[in-house]
Amino acid sequence: MNKLLTNVKKYQFMFEELVKRDFKQKYKRSVLGMAWSVLSPLLTLLVMHVIFSNFFGKDIPHYTTYLFTGNIVLSYYKESTKNGMQSLMSNAKIFTKINVPKYLFLLSKNVSALVNFGLTLLVYFTFCIFDGITFRPTMFLLIFPILCLLIMDIGIGAILSALFVFFRDIQYLYEVFLTLITYMSAVFYSVDKLPHHLQQLLYLNPVYVYIKYMRLIVIDGIIPSPAYHALCIFYALFYLGIGMRIYKKCNHSFLYYL
Amino acid sequence: MSNIAIECSNVSIRYVTGDFKSIGLKEYVIRKLTGNYKVKEFWADRNVNFELEKGEMLGIIGSNGAGKSTLLKAVTGIMLPTEGEIHVNGTIAALLELGSGFDNDMTVRENTYLRGALLGYTRKFLDEKYDEIIRFAELEEFQDYCFKQLSSGMKSRLAFSIACLVHPDILILDEVLSVGDGAFRKKSGDKMQEIIQGGVTAILVSHVMPQVRELCTKILWLDHGKQVCFSGDVQETCDAYEWFLSQKKKTPPKSEKEIHEMAAKWRKKLMEDEKKKEKGDQKQ
Repeated sequence: MNKLLTNVKKYQFMFEELVKRDFKQKYKRSVLGMAWSVLSPLLTLLVMHVIFSNFFGKDIPHYTTYLFTGNIVLSYYKESTKNGMQSLMSNAKIFTKINVPKYLFLLSKNVSALVNFGLTLLVYFTFCIFDGITFRPTMFLLIFPILCLLIMDIGIGAILSALFVFFRDIQYLYEVFLTLITYMSAVFYSVDKLPHHLQQLLYLNPVYVYIKYMRLIVIDGIIPSPAYHALCIFYALFYLGIGMRIYKKCNHSFLYYL
Repeated sequence: MSNIAIECSNVSIRYVTGDFKSIGLKEYVIRKLTGNYKVKEFWADRNVNFELEKGEMLGIIGSNGAGKSTLLKAVTGIMLPTEGEIHVNGTIAALLELGSGFDNDMTVRENTYLRGALLGYTRKFLDEKYDEIIRFAELEEFQDYCFKQLSSGMKSRLAFSIACLVHPDILILDEVLSVGDGAFRKKSGDKMQEIIQGGVTAILVSHVMPQVRELCTKILWLDHGKQVCFSGDVQETCDAYEWFLSQKKKTPPKSEKEIHEMAAKWRKKLMEDEKKKEKGDQKQ
């Protein structure tokens, strides 16, 4: 614990500068860049709403919010894991020359994805009001799935970034995997129509688990069961654990592949 | 407190090369299945031993691929030795291939802070030293330029200036003394001298023999990963090394005796060359 604290102190400045760099790289210093990160999920929402509201909208209450919840969580997941995947390769020139902790690059990418997600959340809540959803104190519980999601994204980012060093085609394979995740996340359809065993299968997808948590809180005003909370925590810690193990084990062998 | 700054005992570093590099997962699986997957291992460094006291300067010599840079990476902690141990006493600053690792779209000022942070400086330290860094790199007018707009000479000048402002216990220099144009080269050389004379322990990898002869107090000669010798007799070893380089068939010496023989041959050759030159001058 003591070591952790001294490390935080030691690397704080380094981390801040890395975060700054990632922001500058991302938004290219343009106001439009910042605005675009809010605008882009809105446009996606618009497209999906136009297409799907006629198919599914009639059966699902607050369909816009339903759609929006799935969308922002999924796109946050996609962005942070994809950025995370690049974190080692794009900084290879730095860590092969200077002895710095490699996880800092991953964490910094996650910070910028999280801030972006925060921006879309603001828009999200504005939309909720338009959709006739009133604020409830239980909405503060949303911090829980977001925190779990953040931890899981860091873990998955760690796994992917390590794999990406070893196998350069991981990025294409991951795109395929993301398509699977997208359809398994029930972003635009309701799972009620699915047979029971298929509904159960969706719980294998952690993104769906987090989306459902948010919908339960925001749309239905229901607090999920303790078991459901445990499942959320399990996914977060499971992936983080694997990611940390890989980083620890491969910390010095990344060099051979670069 | 012991007086030892770096202790390197029986260090061996194994490199793996071969098929696995950038073939991708699909290809990897196919090659594994067909038994076509080949990996070669080689020792970049084998049983290297040296010990450096505080304030000493070690020169590492050897032709390309001798394992010099790999050894330096192990000393800085970027790599782990496969076998053996390295003990380092104090903070290390390493100047390895400086120009790379900057962000092209950020300004000179931003890059300076980023690099400084990565090298482990504090913000306070950088705030204080920023002007000095820029002045030393002679980039006062370019502070708000994008990094990609700089010439390559300017880039390495900046890199050198940022890295040299530290006052580390141990300084590692990998062929960095030849940075920039003539004027800057002199300035950077002077700066290095100043740091070295300030009592720092240093390791220098260089192909410039006069530099090694002038600066170093200890010398380590590597050849294809193997340690030819580690000695305090810098001049003698450099003589032998220059003889070794002048030969067509390069066989490194196997014993101290052979080193002395080679050194003697080199000095003899130098004297003969001198005589020839004198004769030539007389003829004219």
